[in-house]
Parts: sequence; C-alpha cells; structure tokens
Amino acid sequence: MSTGGRRDPHEAPSWSTAAARGDSPTSHGPSALPSSAPRRHGEHLPAWLLIPAIIAVLLLVLPFIALLVRLDWATVPAAITSPAALQALGLSLTTAAIATVICALLGVPLAVTMARSPGWLASVLRTLTTLPLVLPPLVGGIALLALLGRNGLLGGALAVAGISIPFTTAAVVIAQAFVALPFLVISIEGALRAIGTEHERVAASLGASRFTVFRRVTLPLATPGLIAGTVLCFARALGEFGATALFAGNAAGVTRTMPLAIYTAFNGAGVEEDTAIALSLLLILVALAVLVLVRGWRAGAVR
Amino acid sequence: MRVDLHARRGGFTMSAAFDAQPGEILAVIGPNGSGKSTLLNAIAGLLPAAGSVIVGDRVLDAPAGPGAARGTHVPPSRRRIALLGQRPLLFPHLSVRENVAFGPRAQGVPRAEAHRRASLRLEEVGLGGLAGRRPADLSGGQQQRAAIARALAAEPDALLLDEPFAALDAPSAAQARRLIAAQQGDGSAIPIVLVTHDPMDALILAARTLVMHDGAVVQSGSTAEVLGHPRSEFVAALAGVNRLEAVGAGDGVVHAGGLALRGHGDALSAGETGSVVFAPGSVRTESVQVLAEDGSATGPNLWTGRVTQLDPIPGGIRLQTAEHPGIAVDCPSTHAVALGLHPGQRLAFRIDEADVSIRVGS
Repeated sequence: MSTGGRRDPHEAPSWSTAAARGDSPTSHGPSALPSSAPRRHGEHLPAWLLIPAIIAVLLLVLPFIALLVRLDWATVPAAITSPAALQALGLSLTTAAIATVICALLGVPLAVTMARSPGWLASVLRTLTTLPLVLPPLVGGIALLALLGRNGLLGGALAVAGISIPFTTAAVVIAQAFVALPFLVISIEGALRAIGTEHERVAASLGASRFTVFRRVTLPLATPGLIAGTVLCFARALGEFGATALFAGNAAGVTRTMPLAIYTAFNGAGVEEDTAIALSLLLILVALAVLVLVRGWRAGAVR
Repeated sequence: MRVDLHARRGGFTMSAAFDAQPGEILAVIGPNGSGKSTLLNAIAGLLPAAGSVIVGDRVLDAPAGPGAARGTHVPPSRRRIALLGQRPLLFPHLSVRENVAFGPRAQGVPRAEAHRRASLRLEEVGLGGLAGRRPADLSGGQQQRAAIARALAAEPDALLLDEPFAALDAPSAAQARRLIAAQQGDGSAIPIVLVTHDPMDALILAARTLVMHDGAVVQSGSTAEVLGHPRSEFVAALAGVNRLEAVGAGDGVVHAGGLALRGHGDALSAGETGSVVFAPGSVRTESVQVLAEDGSATGPNLWTGRVTQLDPIPGGIRLQTAEHPGIAVDCPSTHAVALGLHPGQRLAFRIDEADVSIRVGS
C-alpha cells in the first residue's frame, strides 16, 4: 500500500499514525495534533534532509508514473473490460471482502486480548501475530499446504470427511486472511493501547457491565484504528499473491484473483504485457477508491 | 460508609480506616505519593486490596473469614461508587447529554428517561445549554462540571473525588468547589471522600479531615482540629502553620521556641509539656517602636527579631528571623511596603491570644 503523493501524514492510514489516532486525550504523538493548527513546514529541518526525502518520494512515485507512461491507452478499455479481467476483479473483491470480514471477526477480539493482557502474554501474542507479516507470503503458502494440503496436518482428516480446501476459492480466502490478519490486529491493538483504560474504568464505575463498556466505550474510541486496520487488511488481501499462488493455484474463475491474472498475463506472450499493465492500473484504481472512500467516511465521522 | 483497607503496590503499602456519614464530605489530605489515590482506587474496587468496605448496608469488600467464609469483592460496575479524578475523562464520542445519561443507561434506564435525568443534572451544574455539544467543545471547567453531573446522574451510594480541582483554573475550581459543597446535606445525600493535596480545600469543604503520610493515616479528626492544631511537624508543614514544642511557665504563659506566649485551648501548668500552633499570617509585623525604651519585648505574645530571609507568598511576604529560625511570619504586601522590609531589619512581632492554640502533649 502506498501513501506516496499524500501531503498530510495524519490522514495516511498507515498504522504508525492512523492507529494511534483516537480522540482520547491519552493519545499523544503527531496524530494528536489538531490538523488545523498553524504549522510552518520544514522550518527547523536541516536542508540536507530534503535530498533523501525527495529520493524516497521518487522511489515511491516514479514506478507508477513509468507505468502510466508505458501504458498503451488504446488497449486499456478492452483489456480491463475483458471477461477474464472482470472475472478476476470480481473474484478479488469478493474474496478480499470475505477475508476482511473474517479478519475483523477474529482479529478484533485478538487485538483486545493483546491490548489488555499482562506484558509477557501480550509480547508472545504480538510475536506470533507478527510472524506472517515478516515471512515471505510464499512460505505462508507452503505452510498452509502443510496444514491443509492432502497430506497435511489437518488436511488428511478433512479429506476423510470429504473436504478438500487447497485450490478452491475457500483456499484463496484463507490465504488472504492469513497474510492480512496481522495488519488488522497490530493496528487495532495500537489504537486500543493509545486509548488506555481510564475511560473504561469510568464507565465501569458508572455501573456499566463489561460488555456495555466494550460496546459503548472501547469500540467507539477505537473506531479510527479499527477503520485503518480494516482498510489495511482489505488492501493487503486484495494484493495477496504468493500464498494464494501456492495454496490456491491459478484456476480462472476459481482462484485467479487480480494479482494472479496480472502475473498470468505478464508471463504470457509479449503481446499480453500491455494487458498486465492495464490490469495493474485497474488494481491501483480500486485501491485508491478504497482509500478515498474511507477518507470521506472519516472526514464526516463522529469526532 | 465504613472503610478499612490495606493495599500493597510494589514496595508501597497503604493502610487506612475511616467512617463517612451520608451527606458528609471527608477530606483526605497528604503530599503526592502518600497513598491517597491508592486508597480511593481500592475503595472503588479498581485495585486489589485487603480489608472491608461497607457502604450503607451493602458489604462491598470483606476479608475471608476463618473456616469456610469466603471473602467478598463486588466488581467496580456493581459497587455504586462513583470516582471522579483530576481529568474529567468524558467520553469523547458522546454528546455531553449522552455522557451524563451514560450511568442511567448502563443501569437499564430507558433512553428518554435517562436523557431527561441527564438534562436535569446538567441544569444543576449550569450546563443546560451545552447538552448537545461534544466534550471537546467545552472548556476544562465545563468538562469537569459535566463529569460531576455524570457521576451524580449514576446515583451512586458514595462519591470519591481525587483532586477534582487540581487541573482547573481558579474561577473554574471555585465553581466546581461550590458544586461539591452543594451536595452536602442534600436530601439524597451520600458520603463524599475528597482527596486533595491542598489543605484549604479541606478547610472550605470538609467537616472532617484525614491526613495521610507514606501510606498511613497520621492524623484524623475534625478539620478545625487537624488543621488548627496539627499533631506532628509533618501535618503542620502541610497545613502551613508554625508548630512548636511548649513548656508551661505558670500564670497561663507557655515558653515555646524562645517565645513567651498566651493562647487558648489547654492550660499548661508550670513545667508541663505541650505544643503551640499559630499561623504565620496571624502574626503582626511591627516596627520596633512599639517596644520598651530599652528595646526589649514588654510581655507575652510580643517578640523581636532580625530579618534573615524574605520569600514571596500570594498577597505578601514570608519572613524569618535570625533569633527564631523555626518561626515563619507572613506580612501582607501593603504592610511590607509601609515597613520597608529588607534583610537585616530589626522588627517586632505580635500575636493575639485568640490566634495561639495550646495543647497538652504533642
């Protein structure tokens, strides 16, 4: 997910900033600054710092510019409206959405547990959660096969029951959830930590049960982090390639999501390279649309 | 409410016991780290503690008895004890009215009724017009008043206040203080425990005061007695008064810190030991012309000294003399100007009998 080209770092839903948002007075850091505060940019920065900063921006933005330059615009409409492309897009959006819902249902409770656990337990859980994040997705795919494959740890038992998960759409969803869950958990946990427990204590002293506290205080206060985490999770699921390729394969209409469609197009005959680029453009547009939507939602959100 | 609690946090132990009647404000004073907040959090059930807490006829905490009797610990959400701290901690995502209605709502009161009660409470604290706003739109003082309204709207059986005025500017603090005072002796009165580092809060609001030091209660009783005649140097320093060991000199006079003093309270017979207490502000600073021709003090409650130290205090100057280094004297600013106060100056000091408290023993 790229945040290149965005001027206001507050609004970038990367977890280091957005997750720490939260309108609680306990949240410090850059995100706690009112964005309307008058600030004079760059005044106290050493000038040489600008050189690597500019190079960094170029590193993030130039590839996309190159992509747009390289694009054969004449073929774009046909490429992105082809049945194969639409099929891949539809499959991608559906599976990524399902994976995100699964991640939210499982990840929010995990994040809450982590944020409110004693130090050692939180550390253990955080390390375990971060593992898929630092592993190459390909390794994740192999690991998923080892678990759910025909001769896998659970796969054998499932096969007896007549269930085979690898190389199905369900496998796509599982692979996406596997790689995207850490993004959701880590960013929501950060938000919950930033909120602290003081408001929850007040709510309890006013007579609210644990569930009421969670529903009426904890969740609303964590909403910015929740949204940031969900968006990250969805974006990651949408772009998931490695684990899907190994665990779910590349069957058109069943497991060929956008990234796999792009890869397939790219690996095809040279003439198809333009299709790959056009499909990439489509994926970029979808990602941008998600970011813009969320941004709009948050601008009008309850503060 | 009856409290007898012992808590341990790391190497720190806190131990305190007290009673507070409905409609009474009990002040708990002490410096930072004396265990005041630990005590309140333990009463609110937010910290593990041993001992007992009884509010009205409800036992909230009881130690495990011998044999089969199990200890009691009612969780915070069912204790019906409201705790209000230095920061208002309003829920930022709810309107002010919804904040105040939170307690009733959490306890199952229907929304409309809860909002009606919240509006009434907000009227009481003078925020009726701001009910629809978000907490962030309110000033610090308004937020704290809303927090008081929220705490009271939950209709608690006891109210715990942890430095509720400390973060407020002077006018807001005064407003909040009046609000708390108004709860006293109210029809639906509940016991209120007010933790403060400022003894003057206790003086204004509380009939009884408890002083904590290093996790223990060092003095308790009526506020007038605790602050009027501290029983230790520690409490005297906290209350900002002079406290001296005294010996009876007969004829109603005591000798203390090199001074001959008459006062009120206990009478010390000749040779009997006790203590005297007086406020630095009760001492009148005068030019030495009031003294006898030879420059000596002419009677009790009158002494002289050479100024060694001048320190600014609100509204005046605190001075100390070479002759009586343990005795602080406050001189109002206008008087200080008239006298032309300066180090090395020789001055006479006078205090009324009514301002000197004498007690037998420490």
